[in-house]
Amino acid sequence: MSLLPGATPAPPTAPRRRPLHGKGQAIGLGFVVLYLSVIVLIPLAAVVATSQENGLAGFWKAVTTPEASSTLKLTIGASFLVAVINCLMGTMIAWLLVRDRLPGRGFFDALIDLPFALPTIVAGLALLTVYGTDSPLGLDIAYSRLAVVVALLFVTLPFVVRTVQPVLLELDREMEQAAASLGAGPATIFFRIILPNILPAMAAGTALSFARAVSEFGSTVLISGNLPFKTQVASVHIFNQLENDNVAGAAAVATVLLVVALVMLVALDVLQRWGARRG
Amino acid sequence: MASPGVLVKPAVRGLALLYLTFLLVIPVGLIFWRTFENGLAPVIDGLTTQATIHAFQLTAVIAFWAVLANTVFGVVAALLLVRYDFRGKRVLNALIDLPLAVSPVIVGLSLILVYGRTTGIGQALAGIGINIIFSIPGMVMATIFVSIPLVVRAVAPVLEEIGDDQEQAARTLGAGPVQTFRRITLPSIRGALAYGVVLAAARSLGEYGAVAVVSGRLVGRTQTVTLLVQERYLNFDQETAYACALLLVVTAVLALGVSRLLAPKEIKR
Repeated sequence: MSLLPGATPAPPTAPRRRPLHGKGQAIGLGFVVLYLSVIVLIPLAAVVATSQENGLAGFWKAVTTPEASSTLKLTIGASFLVAVINCLMGTMIAWLLVRDRLPGRGFFDALIDLPFALPTIVAGLALLTVYGTDSPLGLDIAYSRLAVVVALLFVTLPFVVRTVQPVLLELDREMEQAAASLGAGPATIFFRIILPNILPAMAAGTALSFARAVSEFGSTVLISGNLPFKTQVASVHIFNQLENDNVAGAAAVATVLLVVALVMLVALDVLQRWGARRG
Repeated sequence: MASPGVLVKPAVRGLALLYLTFLLVIPVGLIFWRTFENGLAPVIDGLTTQATIHAFQLTAVIAFWAVLANTVFGVVAALLLVRYDFRGKRVLNALIDLPLAVSPVIVGLSLILVYGRTTGIGQALAGIGINIIFSIPGMVMATIFVSIPLVVRAVAPVLEEIGDDQEQAARTLGAGPVQTFRRITLPSIRGALAYGVVLAAARSLGEYGAVAVVSGRLVGRTQTVTLLVQERYLNFDQETAYACALLLVVTAVLALGVSRLLAPKEIKR
């Protein structure tokens, strides 16, 4: 169960599908297209169009101002780090939930989806309570880049766990037993049998967490302090540009994020096909 | 034989547990502790101010309309994607997931660029008395945007699984499309639909970034609960901020619990 149904693989193709015919289906398709256009497509197109108002040169200038390039570097860099940590920790947590006979793992299993269900501003407040200036544990990291990374780790926690977990669950234990009976050690079994099987899922979860981290806003607002050149992530930068009536600047950085999101969606599609071929 | 291999298992277990504890358990747990630090009275006071009550009502209204719209859209889109073939189907399928990858701030920005007061569409709508941006319609649209995929992706796998034999049979026996939908399709997707609605409701009640941009954050007018949490915290009214945050945590936990119960077996693992 995931709060991000997009992360679940596409359903298999049904044996028969009818072509569109009749008035009802045409109205249905018209409604769906109109709905997506009014809410999603026209607005997003307006962002890209606004970013190009002053031509490609103007766009380039807007995304290479010292503040914009620093915020983009921080966002991409922090998201990359977060994706790598998620890949390692997410896989370990998935292993803990599936293979480890630890009492109380059901509690952790239920807890994993909480970052998806929790409003991001509440996530930020929760982290600030523990890692802010009044930290009861003495762990004050507020307004630092580390705080940005921790906030992004919180909101992206479920992705790798929830993509790797079902694959690990379905993995045939007999393969591992056979390998062990032929004298393979735990390391050999992990690297030669388990890892190749869960690799597509790990990659997909990592890509999802990267995409989410790049676009994150709410959880970083309170704990990062939004200091330009230090802890201001791209979404906060866009927000501030908009507040200061620099719409073109906001749209330019937004377009960069949209391109990153699009690249990740395409990469995920490729990864899913890779996973399907292997499975 | 004490090979380093035996140490791997407890090390992985310890590291994973430590990570979850410090990233998830302690932060969420401390929200409870901070809320009730000074007893129950300040919590009740914080939750019953006029601004708080208004924020709760506004959030409920926005979530209601957003969930309703996305439920209708979700069922129609899922039916089209699962039951029919048409040109552009793959594109449509991909577009439905797009909102999940878009930053909430960009969602807000994009709506302002089309429906803001300085645009042609915005001015035309203002001329007939409809304000979208800095007003409830824009906040509903932003909330719809971020939660578009949830109902579609909950219903589609179940529609796929049940097939259309019964629908075909009903049609052969003379039932109209509306009757077929109401008597055959709807009862069989009821569980999945409820699951999608719970997910969409949880997302809608908790949306922050997109709503922050389009609402103009006018205290007492366009302030939802998540916006109130931030504003109260920054204005040193931590008691109200934590009380509302706790209520949002409880809502999220309830939504998670209910969605686990409702999750159709096609989605459940």
